[in-house]
Amino acid sequence: MTARHLVIRILALLSVILGANYVIWRWLASVNWEAWWIAVPLVIAETYSLIDTFFFALTMWRARDRPAPRSAPEGTADVFITTYNEPVEMVMATARAAVRIRYPHRTWILDDGARADMARAAEKAGIGYITRTEDWVGKPRHAKAGNLNNALLQTDGEFLLILDADQVPHPDILDKTLGYFADDPDVALVQTPQWFVNVDDADPLGSQAPLFYGPIQQGKDGWNAAFFCGSNAVLRRDALMQLGIVGYVRSLEDSLSAALRAASRMLQRATADRSVPPELQRELSGLQEVVSTARSEIATGAPIGDVTYRVQTAVHEASRRLVDRDIAAMNADLEAIGELPLQRDAQLDALVVDDGGLDALAVRELSPLGAVAAIDGLLAALRVDRPDEAQPLQPLATISVTEDMATAMQLHALGWRSVYHHETLAEGLAPEDLRTMLTQRLRWAQGTLQVLLRDNPLTKKGLDAGQRLMYFATMWSYLSGFAAVVYIAAPVIYLLFGVLPVTAWTVDFFVRFLPYFLVNQILFVVVAKGLRTWRGQQYSLALFPVWIAACVSAFRDVVLGESLNFVVTKKDGRASGGPPWRQIWPQLTAIALLAVAAVVGLIRVALGTADGTGTLVNTVWVVYDLAVLSVIIQAARYRGFRPETAALDERQDA
Amino acid sequence: MNITLTTHDDYAVVAVEGRLTATGAPRLRQSVDDAVAAGRARVVIDMGAVEFIDSSGIGALIGGLKSTRLADGDLRIAAVPETVRRVLKLTNLDRVLREYPNAEAAFDVR
Repeated sequence: MTARHLVIRILALLSVILGANYVIWRWLASVNWEAWWIAVPLVIAETYSLIDTFFFALTMWRARDRPAPRSAPEGTADVFITTYNEPVEMVMATARAAVRIRYPHRTWILDDGARADMARAAEKAGIGYITRTEDWVGKPRHAKAGNLNNALLQTDGEFLLILDADQVPHPDILDKTLGYFADDPDVALVQTPQWFVNVDDADPLGSQAPLFYGPIQQGKDGWNAAFFCGSNAVLRRDALMQLGIVGYVRSLEDSLSAALRAASRMLQRATADRSVPPELQRELSGLQEVVSTARSEIATGAPIGDVTYRVQTAVHEASRRLVDRDIAAMNADLEAIGELPLQRDAQLDALVVDDGGLDALAVRELSPLGAVAAIDGLLAALRVDRPDEAQPLQPLATISVTEDMATAMQLHALGWRSVYHHETLAEGLAPEDLRTMLTQRLRWAQGTLQVLLRDNPLTKKGLDAGQRLMYFATMWSYLSGFAAVVYIAAPVIYLLFGVLPVTAWTVDFFVRFLPYFLVNQILFVVVAKGLRTWRGQQYSLALFPVWIAACVSAFRDVVLGESLNFVVTKKDGRASGGPPWRQIWPQLTAIALLAVAAVVGLIRVALGTADGTGTLVNTVWVVYDLAVLSVIIQAARYRGFRPETAALDERQDA
Repeated sequence: MNITLTTHDDYAVVAVEGRLTATGAPRLRQSVDDAVAAGRARVVIDMGAVEFIDSSGIGALIGGLKSTRLADGDLRIAAVPETVRRVLKLTNLDRVLREYPNAEAAFDVR
């Protein structure tokens, strides 16, 4: 362990201890219960932040520089460039760079937009071109995950380098990364940083994520939980295919158990129904036994094929018996009619229901079993070809609009390992306007929260404790929008109305709060080691409306079943239209309120109607909030990236 | 499934609505018997609103045919939807139960 790492560990430990000391005191001794409507939200927000601190400390505990792989690169490789609607020239620039990658490989453009000019450009350059197969017509497309899954079944490289359309790779990207797979046969993923060329030092949109593609991924890597981030990563085909197969089997098991459970319930109800004729009731209760046997067989891991076959056979036989009875009764009736002395009807002579008719009636649609809706649903669920999907195997996770995180988590749950390689090996383009950036962040947040709601890492089988916490930490950070609202509201309420959320800003408060706050900041500075992390800090608070919107829409999607739209991030410069003032009104309102509150607070002190210390603390707080929120105005006014030379040319032209 | 029995001067109409299956078949039989008991052995089954029929449903039609014939009457079917017609064809029963365009027409002809 290096000295720096030791310092980080000490600071990490201290900040958690001091934080716990402060927050426990807050709960037990300093909540102003008379103003509970702001006091309780504030102490909850502070608790939220403490947990966030804990996760950060835990991540940093194992952050380290990973040694380069020992093995030489080996194996066959495919390079996938995913595109949907990016300009052909941009995709081709990436593709040509991909062709120049030194390690032997094949390059493919995965064009989800199936554009003719893209196909022509690829062909002209001799680059592989893949679009969705016929199988996808009328089936869920699963956005980028679907695009990759489609390509997986049409290629055969052992390793897959995945690149977004704008991520221009360095020639040594495979040489640097493939060795990890040779070192450890359990490694399924090597992620490298995403770095953007069209961003200057000020980075008003906070596009570079130096803390994430640095200490945070390194820390997660220390817990064997480095994430897949969708691009600039190499994946092991074997691992993905295993994921696809496991997912397929699990989805069969799930749908089968659900169908059997529902069928069992409905059969029970039907058997108890007095209006059901006795012979049908007998068959139904027989079937109920078959279904409950099947359920226990599935639970003990019997082969799905055998179980479904037995159920299907039993249903068919029951069906046949019932139809036979009906037909026998009909034939008897017809015979009786034929024997009637009067009204003999010539039409009746020839009539006997033949075997063909019998077979036709015995299919479930026409048998009396069809009267029981459960049987229909049951038999549909027993199909093993997953008729609702384009391909039964969907290796990349399709449960979220951010397929990358979900996929990585499922790989980890199967026991695969991941690597974060901390060296920029591809250079991409960041969004250049606030509108596009907001959309992108919203999607990331929505996707992450979808995974939380659909596949909670805390309870997911197969993950170890560290991995659970690393995944949960990221999800937790997306809940910050609610805390941010409280952190903005509390000082405003104090300065405007003199309502105290804390019993007093006394020595007791400062001796607990300041050490926590300071150690936390020092930890941050040491970890960042000169990286520009202020933008990231600003945005984690300043985008509070986005985070809240993401929580709401993910909840509506997963819990209420309303679907989300997948939005492709625009990479070619700016979206049209001016600054999106309408989209950032919550931040603008907050800024106005904070400013007004600061002025009112000072006036109240001057008039002698407010407490000096309280006003000072809250004014400092307001200034901090304003410094953080100001980034949104800067971002809204941002005119896009201008390389210095281009700016110079323009000046000369003018 | 809903069943409505309407008696006319010399025939009765049994209108069936919904799915004519094992659970509804006994009730259809009962309605036909009721009509016969009320002295209307000539019965039209109005199938216009039948969504679906299974072998028990067909059995009930034949059962009704038998009980009306035993009472010197007849059972006829009217306004048969395509789904039901297909099943009747499949089992040759279209040759036993001739269909009429509507309930009023069923006993007009003779």
